[in-house]
Amino acid sequence: MIARMLDGVPGRGLAVLAGLLAVLLAAPWVANDYVLTVLIIVLYSAYTGQAWNVMMGFAGQLSLGHAIYVGLGGYAAAALYVHFGVAPWLGLVAAVAIAAACGAVIGFLAFRFGVGGVYFAILTIAFAEFARIGFDHFRWVGASSGFFLPVANYTRNDLWNLRGDPTMFYYVMLALTVAAFAICHVLLKSRIGYYWQAIREDEVAARSLGIDTFRYKMYAIVLSAGMTAVAGVFFAFYYNNLFPEQVFHISRSIEMILGPIIGGIGTLFGPLVGALLLTGLSEAMQELLTALRLDVPGAKQVFYGLCLLVVVMALPGGVWPWVAGKLGLTGPRS
Amino acid sequence: MTVLLAVEGVSKRFRGLLAVDGVSFQIARGSIFAVIGPNGAGKTTLFNIIAGAFAPNGGSIAFGGERIDGLTPDEICRRGIGRTFQVVRPFPALSVEDNVLIGAMLRRHDPASARRHAHEVLARLELFGKRHQPASTLTLPDRKRLEVARALATDPKLLLLDEVMAGLRPAETDRMVSILRELNRDFGLTILLIEHVMRAVMALAARVLVLHHGAAISEGAPDAVVRDPAVVQSYLGAEAVD
Ligand SMILES: Nc1ncnc2c1ncn2[C@@H]1O[C@H](COP(=O)(O)OP(=O)(O)OP(=O)(O)O)[C@@H](O)[C@H]1O
Ligand SMILES: [Mg+2]
Repeated sequence: MIARMLDGVPGRGLAVLAGLLAVLLAAPWVANDYVLTVLIIVLYSAYTGQAWNVMMGFAGQLSLGHAIYVGLGGYAAAALYVHFGVAPWLGLVAAVAIAAACGAVIGFLAFRFGVGGVYFAILTIAFAEFARIGFDHFRWVGASSGFFLPVANYTRNDLWNLRGDPTMFYYVMLALTVAAFAICHVLLKSRIGYYWQAIREDEVAARSLGIDTFRYKMYAIVLSAGMTAVAGVFFAFYYNNLFPEQVFHISRSIEMILGPIIGGIGTLFGPLVGALLLTGLSEAMQELLTALRLDVPGAKQVFYGLCLLVVVMALPGGVWPWVAGKLGLTGPRS
Repeated sequence: MTVLLAVEGVSKRFRGLLAVDGVSFQIARGSIFAVIGPNGAGKTTLFNIIAGAFAPNGGSIAFGGERIDGLTPDEICRRGIGRTFQVVRPFPALSVEDNVLIGAMLRRHDPASARRHAHEVLARLELFGKRHQPASTLTLPDRKRLEVARALATDPKLLLLDEVMAGLRPAETDRMVSILRELNRDFGLTILLIEHVMRAVMALAARVLVLHHGAAISEGAPDAVVRDPAVVQSYLGAEAVD
């Protein structure tokens, strides 16, 4: 298993990977609470970006409504916890199942009836909007006034109930990110990953080689939705509140995809690199604005827009493939 | 002779245009069969019907004795029919090797054995040295070879080739002719080819079908077909037999 995962990774890449992992593992000992919070956001973005990457980067299906899976996952686990006392790790199973089922419905409607490209993207937005409006009226989970998890002062970390300090959440998010990374690496090296790439590159040609494109696109959306729902569970238990206006909003979906776009769509490291760059730069800019006592509404959005513009113009393949090429770390697509 | 592919009165209409008009023919197992005809005669359309890209408006197609008309392209490939595209469709961002590997994975689920098979096919099509290049960097003749390699990697019983010699120089055409002949001889691969390059048709095909305005106007051995007055008048008259 491990041997297969490391198959084809050059030695230098391996060293960098090990170094990165060591730094991330040691971070809580050196970082203060603020830096740790930022790192949690980085890892969260890297994880959700990787989940989205499965659909768009690997299988070439553009989803602009991935917030729906975060929301469904978060609400499912939070509701089970609040109403029935079900621990989040058990609630996770339900959360993943619900989100995967939702992905399957969207995928079935789109792929069975040949809805692709821009039309598929619009369909995903429509579903996320339905969910937002639906949850706005869903009284059982607080409707538009929000759904809250009980917050108390915990004397010790309770991993089973996901109640604890930022360090615990940091390690949970790190574990999830590493797992997502490993899963994607293995998938890309196996038949399903090659079939996804074939569909992304040319669906007609893929079918002519015997690939049941409907089935493989369904695998992509179900897996991507399920992975994203895990992030939703984390989100709910980390922030302790859920508002339909926030979790299902299209801006959440867009934020999720900026990391992989900037880092490099379809690459394994793209989502992580993109998340690091975007979160790091936006935090730095926030600091700068505060220091200058400037309060510019929408500055973050404008900033994201500019980043996107620069990358799309200068490095259309994303930052990571360019960096990897310069450092001779990996092949063109890994 | 045992019949591998039997096409029976197949038609295809695009709005007002009858692109394929009641065409029937049979291909013997292990043979090479060519379809020729002027531009717009309906050759590619006929091909697309066999490969499952279009369902015919009428008629039937049997492959190895089983009806295949109306099946989807992927089902038809899994039955054992490989195809190329006249306007080539490589997976541009993937390496030449991965393009072929994806074809090889149809019948070899283990990536390592699929890769070995892909290497054999690449060597046969003389693309082995270029296997690490992205497919988008290949020249047209190499892209045509890649089309053949990718389809071949799926281990077809019948290979459909749509003008794979077009745009090749005479020497390259001769190479392709000998590659196809070897495949036919070594593996008993049955080949249906559409071709404008008459030299290749004469060199390869045991039988030739001539399409004109969607209809079959002649069928037979190549040297008989090129002397058929109907063929000379409608098609060959304009173009020299080189
Ligand atoms: N998808 C389609 N929709 C509408 N008309 C089509 C379609 N495909 C082909 N045609 C028409 O059907 C006729 C036959 O086209 P086809 O591509 O089969 O010819 P061909 O014999 O392969 O020609 P060429 O030698 O130029 O490749 C042409 O008139 C073409 O315009
Ligand atoms: Mg044609």
